[in-house]
Amino acid sequence: MRHLLRRILFYLFAAWAAITLNFLIPRLAPGDPAAVLLGNLQSRGIHVGSAYLKAIQAELGYNTGDPLPIQYLDYLNSLLHGNLGVAVTSSFEPVTNVIGRDIFWSLGLGLVSVILSFALGCLLGIVMAWKRGSLLDTILSPLLNFLSAIPYFWMALLILYIFGFELRWFPLTGGYDELNVDPGWTLDFIASVIYHGILPALTIVIASVAGWMLTMRNSMITTLSEDYVLMAKAKGLRTSRIMFAYAARNAILPNVAGFAISLGFIVGGQLLTEMVFSYPGIGYSLLQAVQNQDYSLMQGIFLVVALGVLGANFLAELSYTFLDPRVRLERSA
Amino acid sequence: MSLGKDLQHVATLEPETIPSTFPKKFPRRDSRLARLGENLRLVWRVLTSNRKVAIGSSIVAFFLLVAIFGPMLAPYDPTATSRLSETPPSAAHWLGTTATGQDIFSQLLYGTRSSVFWGFLTGLLVTLVSVVVGLVSGYFGGIIDEILSLVTNVFLVIPALPLAIVAVGYFPKGPLTIALVIILTNWSFNARLLRAQTLSMRSREFVTAARASGESVWRIIFFEIFPNEIGIVAAAFVSTVIFVLLAWTALEFLGLGDINTVSWGSMLYWAQQSDSIFSGLWWWFAPPGCCIALLGAALALINFGIDEIADPRLRSEVSEHVPKELKEKAVT
Repeated sequence: MRHLLRRILFYLFAAWAAITLNFLIPRLAPGDPAAVLLGNLQSRGIHVGSAYLKAIQAELGYNTGDPLPIQYLDYLNSLLHGNLGVAVTSSFEPVTNVIGRDIFWSLGLGLVSVILSFALGCLLGIVMAWKRGSLLDTILSPLLNFLSAIPYFWMALLILYIFGFELRWFPLTGGYDELNVDPGWTLDFIASVIYHGILPALTIVIASVAGWMLTMRNSMITTLSEDYVLMAKAKGLRTSRIMFAYAARNAILPNVAGFAISLGFIVGGQLLTEMVFSYPGIGYSLLQAVQNQDYSLMQGIFLVVALGVLGANFLAELSYTFLDPRVRLERSA
Repeated sequence: MSLGKDLQHVATLEPETIPSTFPKKFPRRDSRLARLGENLRLVWRVLTSNRKVAIGSSIVAFFLLVAIFGPMLAPYDPTATSRLSETPPSAAHWLGTTATGQDIFSQLLYGTRSSVFWGFLTGLLVTLVSVVVGLVSGYFGGIIDEILSLVTNVFLVIPALPLAIVAVGYFPKGPLTIALVIILTNWSFNARLLRAQTLSMRSREFVTAARASGESVWRIIFFEIFPNEIGIVAAAFVSTVIFVLLAWTALEFLGLGDINTVSWGSMLYWAQQSDSIFSGLWWWFAPPGCCIALLGAALALINFGIDEIADPRLRSEVSEHVPKELKEKAVT
């Protein structure tokens, strides 16, 4: 329990750090981001209400005579009220609305891709370690190594070009067929979403599978030389049982432990993938925010992504504690 | 298992624990040249004893040569526009031209210089930060370690690329901004690795001896402990350069770099801005990405090779290629 408490405290601290970084970065910048943002608003001939003006000021530290600590409190206060400012790129909708709309697309795409790539990577790693030195092992290992060095967005460009433009098997942009299908829980809509999601998901899976696979292969090789595996073989157990219930069960721990670092990397890659595919998730909104200097939206998206990744990491760590009794017993003793 | 252990020592390049091939010597100031020669021989052995390392370093060496001499060989000015726009690869333009008629092959040669230079330089700086944080944190322990570890772990769990995008967005565009932001967002992983290593090295005899002989703390950390971690630091540097290359091109691709300089990332930015995909201009966006992937894969290959030398069980070939003297040692 003490271990768990420590981890909860750590993640709370990390969340605070992310929120504070989000507060500090615009204030450390040499220019005046809020002025750029307001100029951006005015150049579009739109009058900004005083409430939004105040929110922007609180968020970016613009034109307020308040000392930094007061600004910080203001910022925390508006965060608590769910106020992240307005998105210039999305006709002055509150940032929370934009993110709230996009997040389901990103979450759906991300969850499916990460689960697929984790499962596929672990499975491939198990088989490769089991058949070490086989054709599969010697060919797949360098190939996936090459794939993992490819930038996500370039992989996305390539896949989009080959399967979308040349072969015309899949749509080029968007999250669903906006012309012919209405959003809703209809079969047509779901089919359209899946059809549009295949290429982005494929990109993320291909780009991230190598990491899981190599970790799995290497730790599996270590567990395969353990005595209990030899014992299982001597008892004459089925191969699949030795492979999965004996060796892989223990070898999977480093992959779960490495989840934290991988997830941050994959989420970054997913944002880029969404940008290339014009997928209606937060990555695509981030691209528009970056290109239009829409600072409120940029910061809101960073905050949501950072907190989301922290939450997912915490869950991964919980499952690790659950999976590996050594962690529980050692720390609580 | 003694075979595996012996090789592990060779790979981590810890001079005082390599038993058979490199006899233990007390460092003598007058034999620096001899030690340098010995170290170079060791580096050469590591480079050539493993096939993956050999292939990887050859490719990296090729890119370094292109980075140095490439721009001299470029047939055109990379930024000069011409009326020959969007032409596919031909004898005159080996990799075709862009939408404004710029020669892509020349851009690639110039871009290699910029991308490789900044990639390696930033990689070096990131490694430097992780070395300082990792070693200081691991050596001192106590409250310093608590604080540094906390900061390290926080940066480890906050997603690097989104943070980098947000941070770069606020500062003046240019390579310096990108370099600083990449340093800020990427140092933590290796710092943690080196902290753990330093922690295990702190109580070794040679550190105790150095402390007893009254050497200053900084001397102990950077002249006694650091040389013993040089193998891990080298591996960390190699993997850092991959991350830096990927992050750097991603930021440039988003238009957050200096889009008027020629680099792999800015080439991809312009290709994307001109919708090169939807015009079928594959020769525009394919080459820069190929270069990044090839260089990244070569660097990864070097690290996999080092891993295999360190732990022969990871090899895919079952018949292990082991230096003869180590084989003999294992038998006895």
